Amino acid sequence: MLKVLVCIKRVVDYNVRVRVKPDGSGVAVEGLKMSINPFDEIAIEEALRLKERGQASEVLVATVGDAEAQPQLRTGLAMGADRALLLETSAPTEPLVVARALRALVERERPDLVLLGKQAIDDDHAQTGQMLAALWDRPQATFASRLEIDGARARVTREVDAGLEVIDVDLPAVVTTDLRLNQPRYVKLPEILKAKKKPLDVVPLSSLGVDARARLVVERVDSPAPRARGIRVQDATELVGLLRRRGVL
Amino acid sequence: MARVLVVAECSGERLNASTAKCVACASEIAADVVVAVFAARGAQAPAEAAALAGVSRVLHVEWPSPPLAASLAPEVVRLASGCTHVLGPSSTFGKDLLPRVAALLGVGQISDVMSVLDPYRFKRPIYAGNAIATVRAPSDATLVATVRLASYAAVGAGTERVPIEIRSPSTAAPSHTRFVELRAEHADRPDLQTATRVVAGGRALGSAENFARLYELADVLGAAVGASRAAVDSGFVANDLQVGQTGKIIAPELYVAIGISGAIQHVTGIKDARTIVAINRDPDAPIFEIADVALVADWTRALPELIAALRGASS
Repeated sequence: MLKVLVCIKRVVDYNVRVRVKPDGSGVAVEGLKMSINPFDEIAIEEALRLKERGQASEVLVATVGDAEAQPQLRTGLAMGADRALLLETSAPTEPLVVARALRALVERERPDLVLLGKQAIDDDHAQTGQMLAALWDRPQATFASRLEIDGARARVTREVDAGLEVIDVDLPAVVTTDLRLNQPRYVKLPEILKAKKKPLDVVPLSSLGVDARARLVVERVDSPAPRARGIRVQDATELVGLLRRRGVL
Repeated sequence: MARVLVVAECSGERLNASTAKCVACASEIAADVVVAVFAARGAQAPAEAAALAGVSRVLHVEWPSPPLAASLAPEVVRLASGCTHVLGPSSTFGKDLLPRVAALLGVGQISDVMSVLDPYRFKRPIYAGNAIATVRAPSDATLVATVRLASYAAVGAGTERVPIEIRSPSTAAPSHTRFVELRAEHADRPDLQTATRVVAGGRALGSAENFARLYELADVLGAAVGASRAAVDSGFVANDLQVGQTGKIIAPELYVAIGISGAIQHVTGIKDARTIVAINRDPDAPIFEIADVALVADWTRALPELIAALRGASS
């Protein structure tokens, strides 16, 4: 029976349109709806399914961030995770720092499987899982669309540009999830109420002895160049004619 | 002096086209560009790399098995000694490998470089391209980055063929990760992620049967088929076809959106397409805000007319 650690990130909800601050200092996120990163939600769902199939004994959900990330951990508990852990820091969390924090957490919790989303939809780095696997000196299986556990190994189908790659990894291992792996469940009200009684521990990141200095500096953030205004056509014939004239067809 | 190590991506024994794009980015950073090719003995890829403009040297590491990140990363770290930068493509190959390399080197990574401002300052997209960040990395450590392939044109052939040094792997590959197989998907039609043309349908199509009619249009255009999240959530198609921030982010030459309203998370996934065509009954649909060509029409009429017009146009 596996102990599964799922690492999540609190991000602006995928349905919200973000705006760049006029002074170029960043993206305005104040007051926006925040959610679990959608790929991390898939990671939680996969862990829960392992438990429901009798292959996992415990699902721990963790994040690195400030106290504002607690509601997302509660959502993870409401989905069905057994306990939650906030590695608390107010510093910006770049992937290498998060990976180092998770490496320290792995030392403490000794999971057999670590599941994370393939990337967070805010910074789009797609690094943390691979970095954790490197620091931990364990296998990685990124962009997973299928995960089968067989004793002390996992067979993972990966979504790669050329198609589907299948690899076997010995556990413990790090698996990052792609969209196709599953469809996360909706949380029902009774579960939300029940989740309030589940354990959510807060551990200061500084207590783990992690080097939390950020190395990359975001100098400024700009809006992308806008697209030129489009043309309205009357019917399919005019549409095809226009595309041919523009050399698109 | 700056020296860039480019980790080449191979497709079998051939060089993947992503490598020539990485060399283009690397040449903006330094004049000295070394390409590391992990390929079997006798493979064509090293010679193909040696012929690219801007490459100063090729290291051919004779690699008998399919390259897995856990095995490659320590080799790349070894080859990176003496280099100021390590670059790879922001393809699934590079995205898998480079963060592992960066962590072993103890440095952060810049993902998806879209332009080079100076050797340690770059622009990269965040929020799926809805914002562009200018990022600076420390100049006293090796810089690891992946290159956003849609931002760079492949370099052509150079005037000379540069030397190829043959290396053997220095360490035994870890046995904890084993390649089983690679399966090409939907081999009969273009891959959604890399297709030059994509036809996508939304909730307005109304049913899985109706959605299937998009394939006829896709066949006429030689296009891949995609779907909005609403179409996936409605059960018309499986979620491997989903295009958007939570699906695939694509940048084809031509994107045709049919019955797609244009929710922000969908638009985010297509806005780098060269030409966006939108067909929707609702003249106020947000998809029209980013469409280059807009047709306000019900898809039940427009789709057969479009197929007929394309057939007429091609004959």
